[in-house]
Amino acid sequence: MANNQNESWTTIIRPRTGWFDIDLHELWQYRDLIWMFVKRNFTVLYKQTILGPAWVLLNPLITTIIFNVIFTGIANIPTDGVPSFLFYMAGNTVWTLFANCINNTANTFVANAGVMGKVYFPRLTVPISQVLTALLNFAIQLVMFLCFWVFFAVTDPGSVHFTIWLLYLPVLLLEVLMLGLGVGIIVSSLTTKYRDLAIAVGFGVQLWMYATPVVYPMSQLAESPRMAVLVSLNPMTHLVEAARMALLGSGTISVWGLVYSAVCTLVLLAVGVILFSRIEKTFMDTV
Amino acid sequence: MARQSEERVPVIQVTGLKKKYKLGQIGGGTLTADLQSWWARVRGKEDPNLVIGTDTRLFGTTFMALNGIDLTVYQGEALGIIGRNGAGKSTFLKVLSRITAPTEGEIRLKGRVASMLEVGTGFNNEMTGRENIYMNGAILGMTKAEVDAKIDQIIEFSECGEFIDTPVKRYSSGMFVKLAFAVAAHLDSEIMVMDEVLAVGDMKFQQKCLGKMSDVAGQEGRTVLYVSHNMSTIRQLCTRCIVLDKGKLIYDGDVETAIAIYMDTTDVNVTHYDLRNVGRQVPSAGHRLFVEELRFVGKESSVFADNEPIVIQITWKANERFDGVNMKMNLHYRDGSAVGITHPVNLGAAEPGKTYRTQFSFDPGLLGEGQYFFYLDVFEKSLTSPICLDKPNVEFHFEVTGTDLTMPEWPTGWGRIHFPPVKLLESEAE
Repeated sequence: MANNQNESWTTIIRPRTGWFDIDLHELWQYRDLIWMFVKRNFTVLYKQTILGPAWVLLNPLITTIIFNVIFTGIANIPTDGVPSFLFYMAGNTVWTLFANCINNTANTFVANAGVMGKVYFPRLTVPISQVLTALLNFAIQLVMFLCFWVFFAVTDPGSVHFTIWLLYLPVLLLEVLMLGLGVGIIVSSLTTKYRDLAIAVGFGVQLWMYATPVVYPMSQLAESPRMAVLVSLNPMTHLVEAARMALLGSGTISVWGLVYSAVCTLVLLAVGVILFSRIEKTFMDTV
Repeated sequence: MARQSEERVPVIQVTGLKKKYKLGQIGGGTLTADLQSWWARVRGKEDPNLVIGTDTRLFGTTFMALNGIDLTVYQGEALGIIGRNGAGKSTFLKVLSRITAPTEGEIRLKGRVASMLEVGTGFNNEMTGRENIYMNGAILGMTKAEVDAKIDQIIEFSECGEFIDTPVKRYSSGMFVKLAFAVAAHLDSEIMVMDEVLAVGDMKFQQKCLGKMSDVAGQEGRTVLYVSHNMSTIRQLCTRCIVLDKGKLIYDGDVETAIAIYMDTTDVNVTHYDLRNVGRQVPSAGHRLFVEELRFVGKESSVFADNEPIVIQITWKANERFDGVNMKMNLHYRDGSAVGITHPVNLGAAEPGKTYRTQFSFDPGLLGEGQYFFYLDVFEKSLTSPICLDKPNVEFHFEVTGTDLTMPEWPTGWGRIHFPPVKLLESEAE
């Protein structure tokens, strides 16, 4: 009887050990908290603004128009024969999902130090909720994109069409989320020690966009193989190209590129989670 | 449901718990500054980021906030944790509630831990009271269904019913605290950890909280860990008490003994003062009459309940003949602020060359809870101003603890004296 009781401990608190120390079962138990965080992120973001949630749509719309003016109107970059407006909107929507994932998870520890210093909950709930918030924003933007898609398909038949890659889109999006989460929590883990990374990340993400075929198609780089190789090293390149292939029927896809992206995503996510699990237990002592 | 005493179920088991903190700078700067420091160290140069005048010997030394704690807590206990500042109480609670990991040792737990190291953790000002109940509940580990089942009880306990759908930024601080406590108190967690949360809110609500916590431990069979500097709430709530000192557990057992031991670890453990080799406050003092010794009689520590007379014995030697020697005490609070002086008392006549042993008692009943010290002033009355005979430059420390539970905790800004109740002269209906 007494022995039975000794076996029934539900939690054991130990010093930081091992390289992977995240309790996924516990994370699942806190799913309501994740959902609460998502709701909070979404409502707090647009509280005390004039246009409120309309910003979710205005943001990509204005960006797309500006891209259209600069890169098609002025720089005259071709867009693979797809209406340039849809080309930019597709690329930008996918990129925004990725950028939001990184930007919002990067300050997890520093921004929540107050709460985390007073109560325990699985720390990973915060970045996960940020990623889900980004996904929610993406879903709304995707609906807007589809409206424009229908408009172009009706007014200019044949200019755009879905391809079989559409079936692959969910996998692509999952990859984008995982990659964004991975990079974001790596940065957030390092910012507990080095605050300047938080400043660098906003700027870095902006630069990263130009290394990704968002405002230009991959096919434009065919003449300069060195550039093409460099851009191909960016795991996001293949994801954006594949997404455009799925939605618009234009893009450069290579199986090796997709495999490379998937491997990169898994490696970065694994590194991020390991780093995160090492930091989360003691970050209160350094932050 | 009768619980038998031999059937005690351990719910918390702490073994060899240690927590080490590094002293001095722990990075936290910028990446470039860290690289700079590292590069300077590699070349054997002076660290350009070191604050000038920093004692580098201290660099990298460590501090044990917890230094080997072993403890078993059983189901249904209300365990008080006391100790002076820096004894490791807060660190212990932080490790127990998994905010930071221990350096060595382990804690085994049975059930969920709801920690209230601060009230209103995770409250968002923009959200309404109701939304915050769900949010706070979720942070403390409840599912939405669990909060749903208890929300009416929580709202009722919080006394915030009519404002529950108002954003909490419009709440008074009292309402905020009430709501926060209500959420934590209604959690289904088996273990509750509290750090002086009751120091806020009005008296009536504080008593309600204490009552609720007693119920939680006594009737619902949950386990409560409570840290406080307020001995009367410890007395009221706890069934067992531990004392921490310098990261170690120095006592584990009944509440009264624990409080007595805690008092010993404070500045008031000296009961005997040898005054033969100490300075005097006035140059002329100590020649015609010399106080050799002072002791608190019949005590191992100079901690007194406010209904317990302080008995003091002084040994003094007269070097000439006195018709009457007078004595008074100048009372100060431990921060040095003056509290008052006692009325002079005549110790009687004295013969030259003789040593006298005098006992007197002082009633601390008018003093609020806290630590005090006094200066002893022996003087001779004269027609003009009193002439100082002896005034040792020593602070004699003692502490007063409150026994009256109806008295609120003594806050700053009230002075140090509590007067006897006002006399009711007349009261009748018009």
